[in-house]
This record gives sequence, C-alpha cells and structure tokens, in this order.
Amino acid sequence: MTTEIIIQAMVTGLMMGLIYALIAAGLSLIFGLMEIVNFAHGEHLMLSMFSSFWLWSLFGLDPLFSIPITILLLAFCGIITHYFLIRYILKAKMLIQICATFGLSIFIRSIAQLLWTPDFRNVDKPLLEGRIEIGSVFIGQPQLYASLVCLLAFFGLYWFVTKTETGLALQATAQDRHAAEILGIPSNKMFAIGWAIGLGCVGVAGGMMANYFFIFTDVGINFALFAFVAVALGGFGSIIGCLYAGIIIGLVESLGGLLIDPSFKLLYVFAIYLLVVIYKPQGLFGRY
Amino acid sequence: MDSKLAIAKSEPIWNTNVRVISIIAGLIILLFALPLFGMNSFYLHLFIMIFMHAVMAQSWNVIAGFSGQISLGHGAFFGIGAYATSFFYMEYGVTPWISIFFGMLVSAIFAVLIGIPMLRLSGHYFAIATLLIGISFQVVFQRWDLVGAASGLWVTMTPEDSWSALQFHSSKAPYYYVFLIFFLITFFLVWLLSRSKLGYRLRAVRDDPQAALSLCINVSNYKIIAYVISAIIMAPMGSLFAQYILIIDPDRVFNIEISIIVLLITVLGGIGNVWGPIIGAAILVPISEYSRIYLGGTGGAVDLIFYGLILMIICIFKPNGLISFVPKDILERKKQR
Repeated sequence: MTTEIIIQAMVTGLMMGLIYALIAAGLSLIFGLMEIVNFAHGEHLMLSMFSSFWLWSLFGLDPLFSIPITILLLAFCGIITHYFLIRYILKAKMLIQICATFGLSIFIRSIAQLLWTPDFRNVDKPLLEGRIEIGSVFIGQPQLYASLVCLLAFFGLYWFVTKTETGLALQATAQDRHAAEILGIPSNKMFAIGWAIGLGCVGVAGGMMANYFFIFTDVGINFALFAFVAVALGGFGSIIGCLYAGIIIGLVESLGGLLIDPSFKLLYVFAIYLLVVIYKPQGLFGRY
Repeated sequence: MDSKLAIAKSEPIWNTNVRVISIIAGLIILLFALPLFGMNSFYLHLFIMIFMHAVMAQSWNVIAGFSGQISLGHGAFFGIGAYATSFFYMEYGVTPWISIFFGMLVSAIFAVLIGIPMLRLSGHYFAIATLLIGISFQVVFQRWDLVGAASGLWVTMTPEDSWSALQFHSSKAPYYYVFLIFFLITFFLVWLLSRSKLGYRLRAVRDDPQAALSLCINVSNYKIIAYVISAIIMAPMGSLFAQYILIIDPDRVFNIEISIIVLLITVLGGIGNVWGPIIGAAILVPISEYSRIYLGGTGGAVDLIFYGLILMIICIFKPNGLISFVPKDILERKKQR
C-alpha cells in the first residue's frame, strides 16, 4: 500500500463526495422547507440521468450541453410532484408522508423499468473524455468536471438561498410557515419553488454523471441512501452541512473500500450514519 | 370513578358483539373447509400467499401502527427467519418445527441488537436507518460463504411428503393448513396484544412520547419490545416460506420488495388496526399474483407500478386505509353504559 494509492483513493472519494453533497443539498432544501423527506430522490436522479441519455441518443446532444434542459425538466418534475402529491400530504402524519414519497419512488422506478427495461446504458464518446495525470495520480476528466460543476452549483445554491430575495423568502417559510404567510410570502408557491430547486440540483448532478456513469433504472438507490446519510450527517435542513457531509461520505466510501473490502462500502457509510445520529442527533452542522 | 373502573374490569375480554364473533367463526370454518372443495393448486397458492402476507403485514403493523416507528427494512427479519430455519435444518437435521423457533430466537436477538441503538432515533432518522439495515443484510448474505453466498441455500428435499420435515410435494393443501394456523394464531395474539396494557402503552408511545414518558412509560424500552415482537412475528413466515419454495437466496428473501409490500398492505388496509393487514393482503396479493400471470413477461415491474400508485392515492385520500370504510359500530364492542 503506497502513499500514491491512498492519495488516489482520496481524490476519487473527494470527487464523488462533491456530487453526493449536491444531491444531498437538494434533499436538505426540501426537508428544511416542509419537513418532508423525499424518498424518491434517487429516482429523480435516475430520471435526470435518463433525460441526459435520451437527449444524447435521440438528438445527439452531448450531456454537457443538455444540462440546462435536464435542469428545467427536473425542476418541472419537482413542481409536478409538489402539485399532485406533496400539496395533499403537507398536514398529514409523518408516517403518511414517508409512505407517500416512498410510493412515488416505487412508482417512478417501476415505470422506468417498464419503459426502458433494466438494461445498463452509457453515453458513447462524450465530449469530456480521457484523464489527466498529476504526479502519479490519475484523475478522470469527466469525474473532475462533474465534481467541479457540482461544487459550483452548490455555491450557486448557497448564494441563492442566503442572498437573493426569493432565497430569503424560502428561509422565512422554512422557519415559520404561518408567520411568513402573514408577511405576504405565499407558502404554497415557496414549496413549489423549493421542489423545483431541489430537483434542479439533482438535475445538475445527474446530467454531469451521465458523462461517465452507467445509466440504469436502479442507479438512484445507492446515491439516495448516501444522500440521506449526508443530510442526517450535515444536520437536517442545513445546506452547508451537506457539503462537508458529502465529502466525508465520499472519503469514507473510497478509503474504506481501499483499506478493508470494497464490497461492503455501504456498511462503512452506515456505520458513520449510526455513530453520528446516535451521538450527535442534530447532525454535525444542524440547526435543530 | 371506581364504578367505571369496576365496569371496565368486569368486561369480558371477548368482544360482546355476538354478530361479529359469529361472522368471524363462520369465516374461520369456511377457510378450514375450503381445500375440501377441491381447489386447484393455484388457488391454494393464492390463499397461502394471502395468509403469509397478512402475517408479514401484521408484523409491520405492530412496529409501525402500534408504536409508530416506520421500518423500511423489515424484510431483514423475514430473511433471517428463512436462513436460520433452513440452515439448522440442513446442517444439523433439526426439524423445521423446532428450527422455526430458532429463527424466531435469532431474529429476536437481532431485533434487540438493532433496536437498542436505533430506536433511540425517531421519525425520519429511524426510517432511513432501517432502509440501510435492510440493504446491509442483503449485502452481507450475498457474500457470506457459510450460507451459500449469492447462490443461497437449497433446502434438502425429502423423497416423500413428510410432516416432520414440513415438506409436501404432492399437494399444497398441508401447506395451506400450516399457513392458515399460523395466520390465525398470529392474528389472535396480536388482537390480544392490541387490547392489552402493553398495546395501549405502545399506542401512547406512538401518539405522544412526551406524555407517555410523564406517565412513567419507558419510551425506548417499549419501542424495543414492539420491535422484538414484530421481528418474532415476521421470522416464522420466512421459515415457512423457505420450506414452501425450498430454495432461498439473498435476492429473494432479503429483497427490498418484501419491505415495500408489508408497508403497502398495512397502509392500504388500515395502519394501526388489527384487521387492516387482512383487508390489504386480500386485495393486494391477488392483484400481484394475477398481474404476474397476465403481465409477467413485460419487464416484470407492472405490479410495482400499481403498488406505488395505490400507495400514493391511499396517502392522499384515505390515510386511515380501507378499514375506515367499515362502519365503526361493527368494529367496536358494545358500549356498556
């Protein structure tokens, strides 16, 4: 075991972690806003990867250029989700909320399996290809750019939520729905915006990952699990916490895989999750 | 106050609603008589599946409906039961009738081990942790050589039908009776549980943990008790299922679909209600079996589409499940005031 291999694993983990962070940020935003965990988050990620794939395979659009379309599609998907499902369960018991989004996840995944079959697909010859070599560490170009774009999108999101007027309105709604309504912030519209942005983040991550990741109908499950863990780790509702949590998870996953056994990656992340939620239930950066 | 307490104590535990008791007794006799009318093996299989799923859903109902903790990885106990029974049967020749109890014991131990750290969590934290638990078990069993890793266990077949090995190759009717008896026993016990002191305490924990705590109910202990009971109900179904299909592998008995369907059956039928799982299973299992027959080849996920859709519709329009269509006076015992 040389130092280079460990550095290599850390770089890989870091790049993966930035992607987890963005996916988790979308989840965290939605949770912070209306205290609903989107159990269909992985399926939305899968949809965004497929959107990228179909735009490439039907119209020859490179995943890099189709990202705006993917984001718009996913944002639209988020608004639909809010309008047809979430709107009705806002006041329901938590159990019903979990079951509803869980049902949505089953629904999307099985529809996708019916329409597109569970085959593995990938985008042939995307613009981003090859790798760069720094010292003895190899970095895949698509992975590198994906993580950079995700980081950028993450800071964009952070800027949006903390600096713009709509973002502040979102925060106000998150803090106290009724008080915000008294001040003339329509909470229903804010929820729709929250869903659009939350899934838009997933659109960015999925669109960039379509460059190098296999695309299949169950792809979202692992990412969603890691995103749940990241959200719990960073503290439910905290966006900046997701960044650190995502990076921690990426590092644990790749270093654990390297040092112990790659087939139990999920278990290491799970162990981290249990440790954090038991000893620090509010997460590392949580506001609750 | 004292007189009311005396009335409550003098009330028989049996439902005084004679009509309901006679309906239930009639149904039980009918269920016992059904195979005598010469049902073909498909219908026997259908009923076996309904009984099995009703019990599995009841198990989920105990943890989620009574004590309010949503477990999204309940299939783990099904798999543990299946593996424990088959393993002891194959390695040591223990008859399944006894190794079913091993299965229950092992899952109870696992439930305690999992429950002690995890039931300190609540709500979303617990749901996510159980989702991870369910998948972790599948990952571990896929790579555990002692129990056949990914190819699973092939239960040793006896040459002939045998009650001691719980294997029947010529007819499904004995399986039908075994599952029916387990189904009746489970429902009777859970019904007793639901109206026992323990049942009320569990519901207190679900409805308001703070208030329950103030009444000296140890919230996390009761959650663990509910989790263990739920695991003990789930495990024998795994054991019997293993004896029924005679081959178990991690992808089948630890499948996340099991965790999904127990949730779905309970939510559809009526969560927190003893009778909910029966209604849910009687509706969903035929849908699943028939859609497998008629639509089976087309990607295999058609029944799951229905499940997802039904689950969302139920959550939006009937959060209390189909049981809320049944008039209340049938379900409740006669008021003695």
